[in-house]
Amino acid sequence: MRHRLKHLNKWVAFMLIGLTLLLSGCSELTVLDPKGPVAESQRDLILYALIFMLGIVVVVFTLFTIMVVKYRDKPNRKAEYKPDLHGNRKLETIWTIIPVMIVTALSIPTISTIFDLEKPPEPSAEQGPLVIHATAADWKWFFSYPEQGIETVNYLHIPTDRAIEFRLSSADSMQALWIPALGGQKYNMAGMHTTLYLQADEPGVYQGRNSNFNGEGFAEQTFKVHAENSSDFQDWVESTQNTAPELTQDQYDALLEPGIVDTMAFSSTHLEWVDHGTKEGMDYSIERHRAEFAEQLHLENGENHEHGPSEKEGGQ
Amino acid sequence: MQLDEFFVTGEPLIYAGMVAITLVTGAIIFLLTYFKKWKWLWREWLTTVDHKKIGIMYILSALAMLFRAGTDALMMRTQLAFPDMNFLNAQHYNEIFTTHGTIMIFFMAMPFLIGLMNIVVPLQIGARDFAFPYVNALSFWSFFFGAMLFNVSFVIGGAPDAGWTSYTPLAGDVMSPDPGQNFYLLALQLSGIGTLATGINLMVTILKMRAPGMTMFKMPIFTWSTFITSFIIVFAFPILTVALALMTIDRIFGSHFFTLAGEGLPMMWANLFWMWGHPEVYIVILPAFGIFSEVIATFAKKQLFGYTVMVWSIIIIAGLSFLVWVHHFFTMGAGAFVNSIFSVTTMAIAVPTGVKIFNWLATLYKSRIRTTTAMMWALAFIPSFTIGGITGVMLGMAAADYQFHNSYFLIAHFHYVLIAGTVFGCFAGLVYWYPKMFGHKLNERIGKWSFWLFVIGFHITFLPQYFLGLDGMPRRVFHIVPEWLPLNPISTVGAFSMGLGFAVFVYNIYYSYRHSEREQTGDSWDGRTLEWATPTPVPEYNFAVVPHVTSHDAYWNMKQKGETVYDESKVEPIHMPNSTGQPFIMSAIMFFACFALVFEWIWLAVAGLIGTIVMMIIRSFDYNKGHHIDADEIKRTERSARGL
Repeated sequence: MRHRLKHLNKWVAFMLIGLTLLLSGCSELTVLDPKGPVAESQRDLILYALIFMLGIVVVVFTLFTIMVVKYRDKPNRKAEYKPDLHGNRKLETIWTIIPVMIVTALSIPTISTIFDLEKPPEPSAEQGPLVIHATAADWKWFFSYPEQGIETVNYLHIPTDRAIEFRLSSADSMQALWIPALGGQKYNMAGMHTTLYLQADEPGVYQGRNSNFNGEGFAEQTFKVHAENSSDFQDWVESTQNTAPELTQDQYDALLEPGIVDTMAFSSTHLEWVDHGTKEGMDYSIERHRAEFAEQLHLENGENHEHGPSEKEGGQ
Repeated sequence: MQLDEFFVTGEPLIYAGMVAITLVTGAIIFLLTYFKKWKWLWREWLTTVDHKKIGIMYILSALAMLFRAGTDALMMRTQLAFPDMNFLNAQHYNEIFTTHGTIMIFFMAMPFLIGLMNIVVPLQIGARDFAFPYVNALSFWSFFFGAMLFNVSFVIGGAPDAGWTSYTPLAGDVMSPDPGQNFYLLALQLSGIGTLATGINLMVTILKMRAPGMTMFKMPIFTWSTFITSFIIVFAFPILTVALALMTIDRIFGSHFFTLAGEGLPMMWANLFWMWGHPEVYIVILPAFGIFSEVIATFAKKQLFGYTVMVWSIIIIAGLSFLVWVHHFFTMGAGAFVNSIFSVTTMAIAVPTGVKIFNWLATLYKSRIRTTTAMMWALAFIPSFTIGGITGVMLGMAAADYQFHNSYFLIAHFHYVLIAGTVFGCFAGLVYWYPKMFGHKLNERIGKWSFWLFVIGFHITFLPQYFLGLDGMPRRVFHIVPEWLPLNPISTVGAFSMGLGFAVFVYNIYYSYRHSEREQTGDSWDGRTLEWATPTPVPEYNFAVVPHVTSHDAYWNMKQKGETVYDESKVEPIHMPNSTGQPFIMSAIMFFACFALVFEWIWLAVAGLIGTIVMMIIRSFDYNKGHHIDADEIKRTERSARGL
């Protein structure tokens, strides 16, 4: 018995070392390395849950190992054998109540976080959120800044320390805006608006993408998010307003054709003539491109990777 | 329509598929003709209404489908390990993950479990067949032809490519104009008829045909889980039937239920799909829970701990399964209040499931564990499924789900529950009941090789995927960024190990057929429930004398008292149903009708529909009353089987 215990100690030490290594590796995973308050609240919730989950794993795995090792049928086995042990009300009540308590302990922060996510993050309350319409279309992104009167395709600039209010909609299939470093996703759907609040605290370039499968070009529907301090952002806005061409309806209609396009910037927005998030705008794209939706791109890996290296920005 | 539009052209892999299909079909036809087996095939299998033979056909089809969808999985894993090789292009990758998911759920998991239910449930409750043997045959053949319809799509017409969830508007006629999506809709509709009928059939069988003395709370636990599963089937499948029909009408006749034009409601599809889809995951997990309970009790040589609690937890899980579907689209923006409610109901499922895990562990306490292959599958389930379960709770926390949704974290979670739950359960059940089905056991040594290859491979495949998900890797992408590279090839190595494990499993079927010792008694494992009271091979009529049951381990108690179920003085002639070719023919006609509708050849489809109705009318005027097996013949069979 003592021999076995010694053995067990070694295993526990080994597991602890493994766990430390694992957790230090985890801090480099995008979702667990948040760059803004939204992603941070989600990371905190995940880690909070993870503690309970690891507890459950330890209990179940330990009990499992004991049962399998101790009660295996082998010659000279000393452990007791009670074939008619049919149940134990007290024990069963205990292991009903414990999961109920765990679920309650998880529900409370979950619900409060869910409600928080529907509001702009706290720190920037004195400055109202920046509104950006994020319109997804097979397989590209349009970001319209209505207050600034500019629109970008397949890249995004945002100021740091200010909440961004994304108004999501889609020109065609269902898609989802996901910038894992800044927070979780929501769906873009034609004929309706969803609202997603995100915020960056650290300047940097983050990966964004459509995370909801929508056909052939899905894997290429990515964009870069440039988070910069408010004066840099203001400079970028002004230079775009001054140097980028205006977006015409014809050009916009052509861009809606299913396919993959480069990054672009314009000094006006498509919201002037269509909002795909309304009932009137939901069939705008398919009415114009019905035939093109039937065509295939024959897309292979290695073509059309990686959108938006910064030197290509600022116009066509 | 041109021939090159009809057949899929231009893909070397698909040409290889065509060649393989032609060769295998040719080989089957040649062998059947050479050994003069056509008549045998028709008389013994195609026209049978015997639940045991139908069950075997279900399981063989499911294994074939596991091979097909498993090959899909290996192709995907190859592409993701070597994204620069361009093994698959985007379109081909999309088709493959769509067919992988659809086949695994509809044509592998469900038929495998329904096959086991077919064989085991009547034996466990002391019945001689299903309540409706004819309907049972019809269920099998409609499933079988549905599966065939789905599988021809990749060589004829093109495979569906909108994901197994087929969300509209992507799956609508504007964005998926090819026939592929029609194959999805009609194949599922056709096989869904079979599933729904099986649900009703099992429900009636279990309610009406139990042996005297077997009250509801004396039923074996696998029968209980089957019973509850049938309720879920009967309540959930009509939702899918309606949703599929609406999308079919959208695509073929131009209505606007789920379209963008005409102010359709594309998101309603997601709602309907998951209102069926979430109960569906319990349709494939509850029977597996039942199998594990049987296997663990048998090989722990101990009564199941907390039988009543186990039954009630199944019932509660089944009830909750209808109240959680929104958690599949928390990110749709239904609002904080709705998401909170569905978060709580989702996490609540962890309670009865957790209770079950602890009851299984308690069953092992003070037991005497025999580590046979079947038991090892059941034991491996407990820790593996726990990992799947706890990550499921994490996904149920809506605020965190915004980060997990559509990512590899989700992929890892549902493979952890579906493989560790359903697939381990299917393998445990097949190994466990194999001697009852074929009269010999599967080889233990080879069985353990396949077990270790599969289980270790499983963890190597899916554990890294949790971390990939947390690193922002979305599902359904056909290439990856360099940060995700080290973990992806590891995952692929695991997948090939699983493939090898499956190959060894199949080889074991052949090896054991050749070399395993034939069973001498019907009680291969020192079993506890009534199926082990029948002789092996099980006679057509199952029980010569209907047993009287006093507890839920009926046969175990009989053995303790030194009784058997056979009492020659009580043998009477037994009434059995006749074989019939009608279910096969009717399903073949429905296959024809659906195939025509896939290509929108409306008049041919109408002809098929009329043919189906004609078959129904023929059945309505069918006064075939079955036949009796006389008492002397029964006595002869029983004596030779029992060595009396």
